Amino acid sequence: MNALQTVALKLLFNDKGKFFTLIIGIMFAVLLMMLMTATFTGIIQKTSSQIINLNADMWVMDPSVDSTRDNIPIPDYVLDAVRSIQGVKFAVPLYSGSGLVKLSSGRYQATQIVGIDDSTLFGRPQIIDGNINAIFNDDAFIAIKDSDFSKLDSPKNGTTFEVNDHRGIIVGTGKVSMGGLFGTPTLYTLYSRAIKDLPTTRFTISYILLNPKNTKDISYIKQEVTKLGYKTWTRQEFIDANSNYYMFKTGLGTNIVIMTLVSFIVGLSVAGQTFYAFVLENLEKFGALKAIGAKKRDLMEMIFFQAAIVGFLGYGFGVFASSTLIALAKLRLPNYASVVTFPTMIFSFFLVLIIVSFSSYIGIRKILKIEPFDIFRG
Amino acid sequence: MILEAKNLVKWFGTEENKTYAVKDVSFSVNYGEMLYIVGPSGSGKTTLLSIISGILRPNAGVVFVKDKELWKLNDNEMADFRLFSIGFVFQDFHLFPRLTSVENVAIPLILQKKSWEESIAAGYKYLEIVGLKDRADLPPHKLSIGEQQRVAIARAIISEPDLLIFDEPTASLDGDTGKKIISFVRDNILSAKKAIIIVTHDNRIYNYATRILRMEDGKIMASNKGEF
Ligand SMILES: Nc1ncnc2c1ncn2[C@@H]1O[C@H](COP(=O)(O)OP(=O)(O)OP(=O)(O)O)[C@@H](O)[C@H]1O
Ligand SMILES: [Mg+2]
Repeated sequence: MNALQTVALKLLFNDKGKFFTLIIGIMFAVLLMMLMTATFTGIIQKTSSQIINLNADMWVMDPSVDSTRDNIPIPDYVLDAVRSIQGVKFAVPLYSGSGLVKLSSGRYQATQIVGIDDSTLFGRPQIIDGNINAIFNDDAFIAIKDSDFSKLDSPKNGTTFEVNDHRGIIVGTGKVSMGGLFGTPTLYTLYSRAIKDLPTTRFTISYILLNPKNTKDISYIKQEVTKLGYKTWTRQEFIDANSNYYMFKTGLGTNIVIMTLVSFIVGLSVAGQTFYAFVLENLEKFGALKAIGAKKRDLMEMIFFQAAIVGFLGYGFGVFASSTLIALAKLRLPNYASVVTFPTMIFSFFLVLIIVSFSSYIGIRKILKIEPFDIFRG
Repeated sequence: MILEAKNLVKWFGTEENKTYAVKDVSFSVNYGEMLYIVGPSGSGKTTLLSIISGILRPNAGVVFVKDKELWKLNDNEMADFRLFSIGFVFQDFHLFPRLTSVENVAIPLILQKKSWEESIAAGYKYLEIVGLKDRADLPPHKLSIGEQQRVAIARAIISEPDLLIFDEPTASLDGDTGKKIISFVRDNILSAKKAIIIVTHDNRIYNYATRILRMEDGKIMASNKGEF
């Protein structure tokens, strides 16, 4: 830091009222923007939880599917056709649907049921209690221990229930990487049992999960599946499509974008105005500096340095406050869908940069306009 | 000769509606002089002072300072000229209220890109010269008006300029303080290597001048030798 920047810093720090208003203004703007974008990211991520949990490289589905909410069944012959495409390492069927569980207490609970391929168990959860092979037992289900686990009355191995009037028994408890958004508990079972016990249409496969032999095969596989009249998405394409769906085809995205913009504008105006008042207070003195021999560059350096300092401090406090708040909220509400990701941090940093540039721009413009002669005349 | 001004003209307003503030003024200043420019309000004193110190561009005429033609300099050269060769004392001082006195005094050296430590050390030294060493760490508003004036003087002389420019230096001071400050400047700051130009209304301090120029209506009407 050079001596000029030291002066700039002292001018800033010594005006405690404005200094804190600036920091707090930017901090709250960052806090709100972070909370908004973090909640948004959290919700969007959770909508793709099934794609993330099953972790297949590619998904084959009906061409009209545009989110994980849709599942349009696929006839069995497509699975065979897909398996015979060159470059397909393996392809397995997946059942994904909802079932109505009647708990031993007599209570009914809507539940997400995932039926995984009998021969490979591809996409199986990580077992934390029990043995995965027990899934082959009669009526076996594995309960997923996520934040909605308690809605099934926290079942243990051996707990029985009814699902769509068929008997079910918990044979293990598993864990998946990400809980879902919609607050329904999840049970895993075999694909064959799912289509036998749960209501299905004439066609039975919800999705075909496949891994290619090589990433180079992806485009050929896609082409071939298209010829069959179906669509293939890579994991990332499906996640993106799913995010787009919730962002643009539900009111969710628009609302969050508006709220984020509002916080940005509030931050911008609080910081911009306070900074402007700060510059105004010292305007004549800056004019005197000009008369004494300060160059444009010196004055711009001072103002920009001040704006940058408040920007970075405000940003730092804002990120800290939002991360703390989110962490605290998560301790209390396990279902709270909010994640501070690197992109959200970059995003709000970028908005702070705009706030800083705008504030220093109006300050610098004002200062470059004053005529030392007017200062001289008093 | 430190300064020479020839046929300076300055007008304000539009081409059709001009008010002439300075009308064909020529004069020169020698080293060792404490030159006063006096005259009624609106006679063009501040305008003239601004032209010869590189703050306001004249419409016509030339200014030579140390044999360099002032208004041929570009913006940055002009800023450097003011920074290194001229010391200003403004009528309302224009000290930063949020800096201490010594930090205010150090500003010209800081603008010269000297280090913070060096600038502040010099600041203490010059505050000592104006007799305010014990006030150095206070902000200006904790000082009396006369003391603030001396802080402003210390800031003007810290870069050891050849030419000091004062506009109405005693206007906000009572008579005794005004006299004390001017006699202090005359005895301690004026030297054979410097010149001081003072614009004033204040006839109580006229006798400290080495020469007095009287302005009226944008023109220099008379030049008197001052008396001590
Ligand atoms: N920026 C300006 N625009 C228009 N007219 C101006 C401007 N600056 C000065 N003038 C006019 O120029 C004339 C000289 O002004 P100047 O400030 O130089 O007078 P002065 O002798 O310093 O007066 P005072 O003793 O009141 O300070 C005045 O008539 C003033 O109104
Ligand atoms: Mg004047």
